Amino acid sequence: MTTPRAVEPAVGVTATTSPATTKPSFLRRRGGRHGKSAAYAMVAPATILLFLFLVVPVLLAVGLSFTNARLISPNPPRFVGLDNFIRAFTADPTFVRSLINTFLFAVVVVPVQAGLGLLMAILVNQKLRGTTFFRIVYFIPVVTSIVVVSILWRFMYQPDGMVNSFIDTITFGAWESIAWLNNPSTALPAIIVMSIWQAVGFHMIIWLSGLQTIPEELYEAARMDGADAWQQFKSVTWPGLRPTMIFILVTITIAALGLFVQIDVMTQGGPVDSTTTLVYHAVRRGYREQQTGYGAAISLIFFILVLLVATIQRYLTRDKD
Amino acid sequence: MKRTGRAIAALAVVPVLALAACGRAGEGDSDGGTATGDSTGGKTQVRLWTHSAGNPAELEVYNQIMSDFNSSQDNYEVVSESFPQGAYNDAIVAAAVSGDLPCLLDMDGPIVPNWAWAGYIQPLGISEDITNELLPTAVGVWEDEVYSAGYWDAALAIFARQSVLEANNIRIPTVDEPWTKDEFDAALRTLKGAGYDTPLDIGAEDSGEWWPYAYSPLLQSFGGDLIDRSTFLTAEGALNGPEALAWGEWFQGLFTEGLASNTGTIGNEEFNRDEVALSYTGVWNALNSLEAVGDDLLILPPPDFGTGPKIGGGSWQWGIASSCSGPALDGARAYLEFSFKPEYIAAFADKQIVIPATEAGTELSEYFGEGGVLRPFTELTQFAVLRPETPAYAVISTTFETAAMDIMNGADVKQILDQAVKDIDADIQNNDGYGF
Repeated sequence: MTTPRAVEPAVGVTATTSPATTKPSFLRRRGGRHGKSAAYAMVAPATILLFLFLVVPVLLAVGLSFTNARLISPNPPRFVGLDNFIRAFTADPTFVRSLINTFLFAVVVVPVQAGLGLLMAILVNQKLRGTTFFRIVYFIPVVTSIVVVSILWRFMYQPDGMVNSFIDTITFGAWESIAWLNNPSTALPAIIVMSIWQAVGFHMIIWLSGLQTIPEELYEAARMDGADAWQQFKSVTWPGLRPTMIFILVTITIAALGLFVQIDVMTQGGPVDSTTTLVYHAVRRGYREQQTGYGAAISLIFFILVLLVATIQRYLTRDKD
Repeated sequence: MKRTGRAIAALAVVPVLALAACGRAGEGDSDGGTATGDSTGGKTQVRLWTHSAGNPAELEVYNQIMSDFNSSQDNYEVVSESFPQGAYNDAIVAAAVSGDLPCLLDMDGPIVPNWAWAGYIQPLGISEDITNELLPTAVGVWEDEVYSAGYWDAALAIFARQSVLEANNIRIPTVDEPWTKDEFDAALRTLKGAGYDTPLDIGAEDSGEWWPYAYSPLLQSFGGDLIDRSTFLTAEGALNGPEALAWGEWFQGLFTEGLASNTGTIGNEEFNRDEVALSYTGVWNALNSLEAVGDDLLILPPPDFGTGPKIGGGSWQWGIASSCSGPALDGARAYLEFSFKPEYIAAFADKQIVIPATEAGTELSEYFGEGGVLRPFTELTQFAVLRPETPAYAVISTTFETAAMDIMNGADVKQILDQAVKDIDADIQNNDGYGF
């Protein structure tokens, strides 16, 4: 679900080279029918895969969400109308909690991760020795498996773990260590910090690529007009980063709404539902508790919400002309 | 041109194959006979799956039984495949949906009613002389038919050091006279005063099936239960009645008063290193603790919280897939009947440190036989309670785990248990009562 929409703005970034004009000339040169069938052959793998693993599952989920289908059952699924949706909003407080947690997570992660990524990108974009080293260091968490990262951070968050002993050291022993992941008020913030740490390097690289497309002459001109560093950022860098910004906003939002692995490995939704998310809840109800129909209903709600959020973002960041 | 055409044709085949595979789903029962049994060179092959790929001690005994069985007669040949436990249930469900289950498969006790109800497994059909000899908790029953049988059961106990209890003037409980709730609470407070930071290791750092296995017997000892076993249609009153609330308050108190910890390492290391005074843990950790503690080790019954001590019953058992038929089915039954020999049961018990399921097996066992060092465990099996024998158990299990974890973490006990009841009841209604 993330792939097709993530690709869309990326095309926008390179749209200035207008690939649309090159394609017809290629086809015309090779001539009608042959070119056409070659083109179909080339889009076929992507189309078939998208159809099989995106369109079909989505359609199945829509169908299943109106039934009481189970993973294991001798009885055929029965149409139950809107029961699953009514249950989600009225009789399943964990679902409502998941909804709130998911949006809390996204509301914090999207601006902080995007901002931090930009800051780091500007820092490693300096023409100084050693920036390559820092680029690599910031990027290492991204290429590490999220499962491995989650397991390591689970140890670090324990009462006698690294986080507590670090705070203890810098406060000269005034700190009383807490079990970060076992406390309902600290568990979600702890996962937010870890998730940002893990993913920020990726967005730093995207920002960096955006920064490097801004021509040096613009900065030179700004400096000749007497602009200071902040004015240069405000009037040259930021407008130049606009397409990158849209791409980053959309990808972080979608990734943040889909939060799952960290929860599954670190807290299993607890303590007291303080870290359960929509995707985690759908997997728990739909697969572990075998309530396929209800799980499909939750997934469908999730799908519509993501679609809604992405549409609003597209609308707000649209080209005004 | 020609090559392109072929490529497109090949690509077009992919989804068709995938759809064909989907089409097979659900028709598992119709063609199982050929899938599970093939005749090769006069011998009928009987396929067998186990969950014990990560457990060499267990696998060794199975391999021994299979090679003994295969060479003992000329009609059948048992062929085995072993899976790691984590992926096992998924493999079974996937195989059942695609109609590819083997004849023989093992399964965890509480899942038996679910699979029997779903039609994955068929009544066992082996001699009753064998199943009647077994511990009641080693036999899986659904709608008055025996669907599974196992070679052993596990048991939980409280491990303690005799020297520590005596030094703190704590009575050593017996099976006939276990600790009462007040005695147990007082003992924990005394031990906390004696310098143990968290005197009881209750195993709360673990997750998954351990939670209902270990903590629902405590609930049952209080007088509550996971579901109303008179109807199996609701958890109302059982999981949120006054007894269940008392259990919840007590369980929460263990953690808020610092009598037990919710972190630590899985296993019994804390007890072996004398960092905790008491450990609520399973028979499988007993030999390690015996090595660490020696003669000082006490294996004690769990406390009586009102309705007598209770422990969880039901471990891994063997069943026969419903798709198994013809000569392969006869072979599967012959193999199972062959495998319940006392010497094999004793071998499982001694290699894995689990309680033998028959008297004869117990007598042959080095650890559990007369005078064996783990003999006290065999007396505990009388307290065993099966987890509810209903297909709803899959939901009950995860719901109870979440609820108990929330209670541990300080949530309102009444609210949590009421919600757990609602979740369980919603699932039962969704399934039209699971045939009850």
